[in-house]
Amino acid sequence: MALLTVTDLSAGYDSHAVVKDLNFTVNTGDYLCVVGENGSGKTTLMKTLLHLQDPVSGKILIGDGLNQNEIGYLPQQSDVQKDFPASVSEIVLSGCQARCGLRPFYNKKEKKLAKENMERMGITSLANKSYRELSGGQQQRVLLARALCATRKLLLLDEPVAGLDPVVTGEMYDLIASLNRDGVSIIMISHDVSAAVRYGSHILHIGDSAFYGTKDAYLNSSEGKAFLLQQKGQVG
Amino acid sequence: MFEKIAFYLEYPFVRYALIVGILIALCSSLLGVTLVLKRFSFIGDGLSHVAFGAIAIASVLKLTNNMFLVLPVTIISAILLLRTGQNAKIKGDAAIAMISVGALAFGYLLMNIFSTSSNLSGDVCSTLFGSTSILTLTEKEVWLSAVLSFVVIVIFVLFYNKIFAVTFDENFAKAIGTATNAYNLLIAVIIAVIIVLAMNLVGSLLISALVIFPALSAMRLFNSFRSVTICSALLSVTCAFLGIMISILAGTPVGSTIVAVDVAGFAFCCLGGFVRTRLG
Repeated sequence: MALLTVTDLSAGYDSHAVVKDLNFTVNTGDYLCVVGENGSGKTTLMKTLLHLQDPVSGKILIGDGLNQNEIGYLPQQSDVQKDFPASVSEIVLSGCQARCGLRPFYNKKEKKLAKENMERMGITSLANKSYRELSGGQQQRVLLARALCATRKLLLLDEPVAGLDPVVTGEMYDLIASLNRDGVSIIMISHDVSAAVRYGSHILHIGDSAFYGTKDAYLNSSEGKAFLLQQKGQVG
Repeated sequence: MFEKIAFYLEYPFVRYALIVGILIALCSSLLGVTLVLKRFSFIGDGLSHVAFGAIAIASVLKLTNNMFLVLPVTIISAILLLRTGQNAKIKGDAAIAMISVGALAFGYLLMNIFSTSSNLSGDVCSTLFGSTSILTLTEKEVWLSAVLSFVVIVIFVLFYNKIFAVTFDENFAKAIGTATNAYNLLIAVIIAVIIVLAMNLVGSLLISALVIFPALSAMRLFNSFRSVTICSALLSVTCAFLGIMISILAGTPVGSTIVAVDVAGFAFCCLGGFVRTRLG
């Protein structure tokens, strides 16, 4: 069974659907990129997948031994976080929260896990630094390490490179690709189609016309061709 | 001067005031960091005005112990306010402003219409600025404050990591299965209890100062959540102690003296933070 099976899903606010009739699956090892124009409901879809809001209709099934609380999440940064006094290690450790249940404090195993994930993201030297003093790329690494504390299986990334410069953007994409090679399944929201077709194994295009399939099928589809051309036009 | 302090400490009401003052200062500073970061700095103000309204109702009904009415009313308002903060038609700051001035006006109106005492403006003034009630505490009230403070501190320590997770990133916490609504509720209840306690100390107009100043001061100086929390607790206790002492020696009103010391503390911390960034 797939990690995530979505059937006839409509997502939106107050029973008003923004995205309609989505069907897709995520298998272990997949790298699914969700692309679409601004306002096409990408973030709404992600919040629905995370059960932060209820689906308007349709079903989201999880399987393959995945628990609902084992989905890691890299959110877009909020205003609150920009001047939040918290050290890097405190934030990464908070990703272990779900493992605690009602236990008030973190145990050694969780502290070790946080340490390993900081090492993996190359931020061990920043452990005692303040989050608000880091650069955008470093902050994303911290949040990624936190998400990895919550899961080893499935990561949902919401515009992980928003606001990063081209060099750091490339590093971030490589980091995500290396996680994917290590067996972490990825769902990434992006408005950058060229990166999506470079790194993704599957593409979900939402908007006026929906598409779901492998990357190669997307490149040959009418939606894919049109969207790629349009973005090239904007860049050039 | 020390002789004078020792002389005053002989009196039980001075000792009570010190004990209760320090406990309240400690409790109110603990959640201050969370409230400031959640953009709820004004919740102290709003809730204390609700408490003021409830006190007015209690005095009209001639209740002997108004705590039984004031505490539940304030807790319910806190829950409503923190809940609506997330997705409501009236947004957080407007909701707080609305409830706050509404309750204040209503309370004063009630006190005026059903006036039971000859010194109405004096009563109102002491509720608003807490002028003398801290010095007229009975032993029973001291115990009540002590027990409630102890409960607040224990809950805060036990749920510290959860409160951090919910404050820093509520969506993430919810996505990985933390019961964020339950913890928001817990925060609301604790803050309501603290505010009802603190009304005795600084009165309902000045409570926000007790909640936000220590947190803001500590945030100038420290970078991790833990050190900010500890620093704000220490600062708050120190300022409360100094404020009570100064007010006894100089004969100034207790509440406003404590707040003035808090403001001075904030100025020092700003200076400290500025010097630190300058020195690199």
